[in-house]
This record gives sequence, C-alpha cells and structure tokens, in this order.
Amino acid sequence: MRMSLAQKIISKAANREFVSVGEVVTAKVDLAMIHDSGGPRRVSPILKDLGANLYNPSKIVVVSDHFVSSGTESGEKILNFTRDWVKKNNTTFYDSEGICHVVLPNKGHLRPGMFVVGGDSHSTTGGAFGAYMFGIGSTEMAGVLATGEIWVKVPKTILLNWHGKLSKGVMAKDIMLYLCGKLGMDGGKYQAIEFMGQAIKNLSINERMTLSNMSAELGAQVGLIAPDNKTADFLTNIGANPGNWKNFFTDDKATGIEKHNFNASILEPQVATPHSPSNSLPVSEIENTKVEIAYIGACTGAKYEDLNIASKILKNNKIHNKIKLLVAPASLEEQKKAKQNGIMKIFEDAGAFILPNSCGICAGYGAHRLDPNIKCISSTARNFKGRMGDKTSKVWLASPATVAATAIFGSITDPRDYLLN
Amino acid sequence: MAGKIFLLGNDIDTDQLAPGRFMGQGIKKLSEHCLENAYPNFPKLVKRGDVIFGGKNFGTGSSREQAVEVLKFLKISVVIAQSFAGIFYRNSINLGLPAVVCYDNLHVQDGEIVDFDLKNNQLNLIEKNKSIKLESIPTNLMEILNDGGLIPHLKKRIK
Repeated sequence: MRMSLAQKIISKAANREFVSVGEVVTAKVDLAMIHDSGGPRRVSPILKDLGANLYNPSKIVVVSDHFVSSGTESGEKILNFTRDWVKKNNTTFYDSEGICHVVLPNKGHLRPGMFVVGGDSHSTTGGAFGAYMFGIGSTEMAGVLATGEIWVKVPKTILLNWHGKLSKGVMAKDIMLYLCGKLGMDGGKYQAIEFMGQAIKNLSINERMTLSNMSAELGAQVGLIAPDNKTADFLTNIGANPGNWKNFFTDDKATGIEKHNFNASILEPQVATPHSPSNSLPVSEIENTKVEIAYIGACTGAKYEDLNIASKILKNNKIHNKIKLLVAPASLEEQKKAKQNGIMKIFEDAGAFILPNSCGICAGYGAHRLDPNIKCISSTARNFKGRMGDKTSKVWLASPATVAATAIFGSITDPRDYLLN
Repeated sequence: MAGKIFLLGNDIDTDQLAPGRFMGQGIKKLSEHCLENAYPNFPKLVKRGDVIFGGKNFGTGSSREQAVEVLKFLKISVVIAQSFAGIFYRNSINLGLPAVVCYDNLHVQDGEIVDFDLKNNQLNLIEKNKSIKLESIPTNLMEILNDGGLIPHLKKRIK
C-alpha cells in the first residue's frame, strides 16, 4: 500500500503494516522531550496524583532553557526543581546549554523514522530530521511519561513544493513568513506538512530546521522533510546512526495528499508586521519602518547558520546609533563554533549585546523583555501582541539577515544590499 | 447550565490567554491578564458557567496548558470556536474542558444567554428560543471528557 512519510512513521510506531488517513491510532513514543517550563514542575504533581512511575527514563530528555537567566526568584526555583527531578528520575538532562529544539538534534537524539513528542509547540523542529515530532501540553505529556503511548489521528499530507533557487540573502525564514501570509496560521489544519523540491534539497540542516520549526505557525501537527544524504551526513558527523533513512519518504500517488507549488527564485526577503506571522509582506513594501531593538535569537533564528549570515552583513559595519542589537545564540555549542570562526567577534565589534543561550525574550522571559511602546525587529517565530514583553510593544518578524541589515541601517531594510559588496 | 457568551475573533493566541511574561507566577496571576487585549476586563466580567465563542484557529501558538487552565480557573464551562489550533484542542479535552466546533457564529451575540447541551450537540439560545448545531466530539475524546479529563481517564486504566 502506498503511504505518505507521515503514514509510514505512524504505522511503524503503531506496530501496523498500514494506517489510513483519518484513522485514530495509539502509537508508541520513541522519545519524549520536556523543558523546565512545561516539564518537571508541571508533570511531577500529575504523575504523583496518578501514582505512576516513568514508563522508561532512558526515553526522556530534559532541557532547561525557558527560565535560564530569568533573574527572578521564581525562575531560579523552577530551575532547581527541574535539576532535582532529573536527579531523582535518572533522565538525560541538558542544563542551560541552549534551546531544546536545537540541543536535542545536536546531541543526536533525533533520527529519521522516530515518533517523538515534545512539551513545546515548536517541537515540530524534529521534522527536519525525518522524525514525526509534535508538541503536546503537560497533562498529555504526563500520560506519555507514564504509559509510553499517545493517540494520534493519521493526518493528510500537505506537500509544499519549492522549486527554483533562493537568491543570496533570502533564507528559510523568508519562505516560512511567506507561507504564513499565503496559507494563514491555520493553513496546516493540524495535518502533516511536508517540504520538498529543489530549493529545500539545497538548504542546510539548520535552515531546514527553521522550516520544520515554524510549521507550528502554519498550524500543522508536524513539518516533515524526507531525510536525504545531507541528513545522513549530519547525523554521522555528530556520531549518531542515521539508520535506514532511505525508507522514509512519501510514495508516489499516496492518498490524502494536497500539493502546493512555489517558486523560490522569485522570493524576496519577507517581514511580518505586528501582531501575527501571517501579516507578512515583501521587505520592499515596508522599508524604512523605524525600530529601536533588533533581536537575533531563538531556536528559529539564532542557530549557527543564522549567526553566520548575520555576521557577514555586520562585518566592517557599526550598528546604527538609535538601535540596540541583541544576540542570543540558540545554544552554547553554536556559540562556541561561532566564536571559533570569528563570528562572535564580528557581533562584538559591531556593538551587539550578547545574551544567554535560552528562549529569553522570544517567549517573554528574562530581563531583556521589551519595554512599553518599544518597536523591535526579531528573528523569532511569533509576534503576538505582548508576547515578547509589554503589551504595548510591537514586533516585526524577519530573517536574521534582515534583522542584521536593519540594525546597521536604522530602519527596516533589504539585507541583499549588504551582501553584494 | 446557562451562561453568557463572550464572543471573540479569529486567531486568539495562547499569549492572549496566558501571557508568557507571567508564566512563572501561578495561575491566579495569569488569569488576571487573560484576554486583556482581546476582551478588556474579561476576568472581572466572567461568571461561572459562561461560554467562550471564538472564531477560527482558537488557541493558536504555544503548547502551554495554562491557556486552558486560566479558562477553567475563571469557571468557563465550554469553549466553542469555528476551528481550534490542534494543541489547544487536545489540551482542553485533556483538562476536561469541552472544546466544541461550531461553524455558525453569525447567529450568536456577545453577552447573550445560552445553554450548552453537550449530549445533543447543540447550543440553546435562550432569549431567541432557538438552537444552533455544534459538531460532535470524536468518540475517543468523548471518553476522556466523560471521565473528567485525561488524568481521571488514565487512573481508571492504570487501576
């Protein structure tokens, strides 16, 4: 029977030969990821109430990233609670090393064909590695931790086929903002999105992660990319086994498929105006909008490749005197690599402030939250009203390249102007 | 049970329901800021049994369960919307708060008194003496809801 990539992974997890689109099945979870905000502090009382033990501690990874450097007593308490819980329960733990969606794959926990849940909506990031990974709330997570299972409705697949070639300075983030505008924040209909086409094949693993990550903003359950040689090489390089990755792709003429075609060659850098990612426009239509803060951060906007392109733009430039540039590398590891390659030095020379490797202001945490009436351009995923700070603050979403160019120019501008020279 | 309708628009996100900047401060504090932009004074106006009636993609955004918890804390009896964001929908059922799809939001008004009838999948508009149809909740989720949420449901199973 012909199946989509989503069907193949679900049927494996449900121990079935075939699953039909629309069917509700119970699937075994290969891995569960939780963080300090939605994790131990929330699941622990539920597990106690249930009188249940962890189904399998070796299949649980905990990452502290939300309350890291929060500068508050309540935040420190939550972090300490997380540390104690991990010790007691003997699970894998990455403490303050970076954002869960970046740390998890970098440490080799995600491999093609896995069925994974995460206690965070951007868990869709795992789709970049050919894993069926999606976000759930704490109560459902407690259920998974106790039983090792979860129900899932086998989704339809929405194929987003990007042919052509992105022009220099146009990034995966621009693809996503464009898609948010085109399809809307419910365009994914809580089904499976799968990215395909030459433009996707050309993307680095980091850039693919941005697509899968922001599939959450399209309202999809997952944002899959069929594994290829690049995926296998990435995993091999970090010492993980890519396994039988060649089995995981969508069959021709599988049922329940809807396909949309896009041309990457004509895509301009995109900017989403306040207060929704779906308010995206080509940068040329809102150039010269003034902002006070430029933020390069988050799982979707401060991975190594994000930092790298931003640094190319900032090199030999100074940040505009009316702008503050904040850079929060997505993980300690990415920051180290960026330091080794001279990227962090470029940020410092340009006058950027370097913030801790955490979710930080993207999720409204930490000391650098936006003050009243502040206007900010940000490489993050969501610009909902009040998300990044005060309810009167305003956020424009853009690629790290556009954020960097804006930081130099002083108002929103096209990053391609800085990459030509 | 009768309650009044709070009519909301499309894409009510989790930061409007439970703002990130208050996430470390407990459910009471979060609830004081629930819908502060979308429906000013909502926490003060809402009474036990009241009904949320949202537009499309209700609960979009984060997986934070507090977005449902604040509504339960404020004694909302049901969330009705033209469509739901997937994670919010699962969270709502898991916490025992009925989340029900209704495509017809043209015949309800903000503030009107309604009676939510889960058994017959309908919303009775008391003042107008008529009712509108609600979509039924899938069987596997109805079982969870009937038990009062995922935890009581699992307790039965684990026993």
